[in-house]
Amino acid sequence: MLKNRSLIDPSDFTREEFREIFDLGHQIIADPAKYSKSCEGKILATLFYEPSTRTRLSFETAMLRLGGQVIGFSEAASSSTAKGESIADTLRTVECYADIAAMRHPKEGAPRLASHYIHMPLINAGDGGHQHPTQTLTDILTIERLRGSVENKTYGFCGDLKFGRTVHSLVKFLSNYEGVRFIFISPEELRVPEYIREEVVRKKGIPFEEVDQMEPYMNQLDFLYMTRVQRERFFNEEDYIRLKDRFILDKEKMSYARPDTYILHPLPRVNEISTEVDDDPRAQYFQQAKNGMYVRMALILKLLGIY
Amino acid sequence: MLEITSIEKGIVIDHITAGYGIQVFNYLNLDTADYNVALICNAYSQKMGKKDIIKINNVIDINYDFLGLIDPNATVNIIEDGKTIKKVKLEVPDRVENIIRCKNPRCVTSVEHYFPHVFHLVDKEKRSYRCEYCDDIVIPYPVK
Repeated sequence: MLKNRSLIDPSDFTREEFREIFDLGHQIIADPAKYSKSCEGKILATLFYEPSTRTRLSFETAMLRLGGQVIGFSEAASSSTAKGESIADTLRTVECYADIAAMRHPKEGAPRLASHYIHMPLINAGDGGHQHPTQTLTDILTIERLRGSVENKTYGFCGDLKFGRTVHSLVKFLSNYEGVRFIFISPEELRVPEYIREEVVRKKGIPFEEVDQMEPYMNQLDFLYMTRVQRERFFNEEDYIRLKDRFILDKEKMSYARPDTYILHPLPRVNEISTEVDDDPRAQYFQQAKNGMYVRMALILKLLGIY
Repeated sequence: MLEITSIEKGIVIDHITAGYGIQVFNYLNLDTADYNVALICNAYSQKMGKKDIIKINNVIDINYDFLGLIDPNATVNIIEDGKTIKKVKLEVPDRVENIIRCKNPRCVTSVEHYFPHVFHLVDKEKRSYRCEYCDDIVIPYPVK
């Protein structure tokens, strides 16, 4: 039962509960009109303390396409946070007005903290370099539409695996499925955090490699998940500049990949995927963004207990 | 040889891993105690080689989670009339609240200060803990 629950971390829901969301997501794609009035009279609050394009707009569009309405703010400066209000107080206030909220915050654990102070469903829309579970919903829906299921596949993750919250959430999710294998491609400084490598991947016995080259591994992958180097997470600009162009996926590197290796990216991209790759049918990142709206529609419906 | 006399009524924390006695002493605020307290460092131990001991000539509240966190092998003896009336066996706690503070500058605990710092046990052998909010892993008191 997902009604009134919050999604802060992929470990908050069981496999069966996620299955309900994906099944509904696929049904919405097949017949979106059927759901166009499902959320009439309901209000979603989007509380974005940090900039966003896709996540905020896809949440807002999802609610509007369900017939609901949206309130919120898109930067901390335009909320009472600028006056020093605590996260707990802001959320308790928003709960007076809205039925469900999606929250993005630059500090890791902020949505978990907020969820302790409210009763309405809260969705983590990204907390610092930590987790981004609804991007994982987007990724999984896309993987299922392309290859049927997530099991028995090799996933490559490339780029900033240290601060890439979408990677952390996706790895955590996939680690619950049989036959998955990971290849982590990154500079040594941007490897996956210890809590992911040791407490999730190693503990669950998932085969994995940590490497610093792309080409030799391209033909082993079912999916290559590219990420940008997260400039906003660096305390030192020099480190960012040194690392930002370490891995760039271009046509030449794509030539090493199999015909059925799909390229995913949570977006926004900076330059880690050359635009010349965009026309390759294996590049699926814009379709991924579209799927994000549908799966967020499914999530909202489930958490509100409408479906 | 250094001699510390036995106590009539109070608490003896024995078999503390050598080097951690001062941390237990500080956590219990024994430096401000107005009763007799002894901190013995590097005492000979047949089993451990050397150990720290704290003798407290008073009955005080002790946070056993903290003691279990710092050294689950320590023993706590409650003394009355010069005799041990109770021995408390310590355990590595599964969850600790407001004992460890998260040092991750990106953690929400670095900017909001009105809620407890909570850590969950990750590995009993290593005594590693995970911050409830940011998942950062720390080993506050490494096994020596």
